[in-house]
Amino acid sequence: MVVQEERPKRIEVYDTGEAPLVMSYGPQHPGTGHFRMIVTVSGDTILDVQPDPGFVHRGEEKMCEYKTWITNIPHLERPVILDSAGIQYPYVLACEKLMGVEPPERAKYLRVIMAELNRIGSHLYWFALYGVFLGLTTMFLWCFGDREYIVDLVSLIGGQRITHAYFVPGGVRNDAPKNIPMELVREFRRYYRMTTGKELPENQQTTDFKKYTLAVMEFFDRRLNDYWGLFFDNELFIQRTRNVGVLSELDAIRLGAVGTTLRASGVRSDTRIDDPYDAYPNLKFEIPTGTRGDCYDRALVGFREMRESIKIIQQAVETMPDGPVKNKQHPINIRVPAGEAVARAEAARGEMLYYIRSEGGDRPYRVKISPPSFRLLPTLAHLLKGAKIADIPPVYWSLNYWPVEADR
Amino acid sequence: MVGLPPFHVMSGESPFAGVVEAVKQRFGDSVKEVKVDAKKITKLVVDASAVVDVARYLRDNFGIDHVKAVTGVDLIKLAKKEDRIEVVYQVGSYSREELRGGVLNLSVKLDRSSPEMPSLCGIWPSAEYHERETYEMLGVVFKEHPNLTRLLLPEFWSDKPPLRKDYEAPGR
Repeated sequence: MVVQEERPKRIEVYDTGEAPLVMSYGPQHPGTGHFRMIVTVSGDTILDVQPDPGFVHRGEEKMCEYKTWITNIPHLERPVILDSAGIQYPYVLACEKLMGVEPPERAKYLRVIMAELNRIGSHLYWFALYGVFLGLTTMFLWCFGDREYIVDLVSLIGGQRITHAYFVPGGVRNDAPKNIPMELVREFRRYYRMTTGKELPENQQTTDFKKYTLAVMEFFDRRLNDYWGLFFDNELFIQRTRNVGVLSELDAIRLGAVGTTLRASGVRSDTRIDDPYDAYPNLKFEIPTGTRGDCYDRALVGFREMRESIKIIQQAVETMPDGPVKNKQHPINIRVPAGEAVARAEAARGEMLYYIRSEGGDRPYRVKISPPSFRLLPTLAHLLKGAKIADIPPVYWSLNYWPVEADR
Repeated sequence: MVGLPPFHVMSGESPFAGVVEAVKQRFGDSVKEVKVDAKKITKLVVDASAVVDVARYLRDNFGIDHVKAVTGVDLIKLAKKEDRIEVVYQVGSYSREELRGGVLNLSVKLDRSSPEMPSLCGIWPSAEYHERETYEMLGVVFKEHPNLTRLLLPEFWSDKPPLRKDYEAPGR
């Protein structure tokens, strides 16, 4: 038997003689974002949780049916602006599958660089908020300080700091620049001096895009060591997260968990190696997994994923071939032949899946988005049953649940 | 995983080609249509009456253990017009490494005037929220679902299910 049947959880409750209390956690609560959980408690033990998403539902899927193939891209990235590469990636891949086109080699590398930069940026944002809700305000300040330089790189390549709409079917919108403005280098030099207490080496003070990217990556890789000491080796963080919200491997599989949550429970599944796309087969990286599946492990897997992303970006920048970045055909007029296709990509929060059906016209017949956050809802409800109210923030934030992404 | 025979996947082929073949042999007439394309989609259209058995067969014999998405498609405006609603379960496997490289689409076509089918929550608990979404967006009723209530739409919603093709978004 492969899948274990659900065993009811035994919840021990101190009998106060009072009826259980039903309360609403969110959507105004600063600890959940635009998301509500209807929580039934006895004392401070949670008996039942009903997740209630939908406060930021925008009807993205219906909107896709009204807009043309290319004008869909900018609005599709709105649900998750931190990781806009992750949410537009499978859409573009699915269009390419139906059109039967392959992007040029250079575009494949640029896409990978963009996706990994977005992953790092998104993870930093996650850690920032995770820290705040555990009382580690330093985590917020550090992560946001460092994220600035990652987002700068995104804006150099894609033209925008967050919603860049960089991918188009058949390539990317534009090439990466050869040179960058001197102000950015000055700013980076100032920050380098501030955080390390040393001067930025002479050979890294350059306006060459490739060298600047490598310098930022090297700096950030060293910076992660500081993160380890301040957060992951910090008693305050360990006490709040170790052995809290433990998800076993079988439960992770049964409940269909994704992304860092799935891998923290010990399943080594990542779309980048399971179903490799674009330049990923040419790059070497590892898939970090956890052993205990608790809130600490989930954060740790995310932390180690950032290291791997740095490795990927370094390799991609160094081995990126020259050449065109998009196919000749004009992207405004694309028409996707009739048919249906499924495509997926590993976004920052996990596997993002698209089902696209075309009738051959200038707009899609049906676009289905299955975001990773939405697939985490059963896991969230499962983990919180039997926990204490004080465990809601660590469990909720360790899943990296993003309400806007789940609601679409 | 324990108890499952080794399963060989050819490179360049859909990982689910063998699975689809086995389901076709086992369920014969209940399988209405099969589409195997390693690049685009691997799809299996079955009768609504047989879908629970097919799902259980897939779970128990091939280690297909989770639902990635449930997609409802209104077929009324297709060029080859059909008065039906299609519900597609995108399912996959975490426990079998050789199947991780693909997605199997298990599809059911329902009558558009009263779309009803059995829920697959009992087999794949991960389908719960996806089915609730399909229920409110396309009006498909999943029988024996543990909690078939509204999920994403506002409480005051009283119009047609919005992802049906005859619903027009206001202001368009």
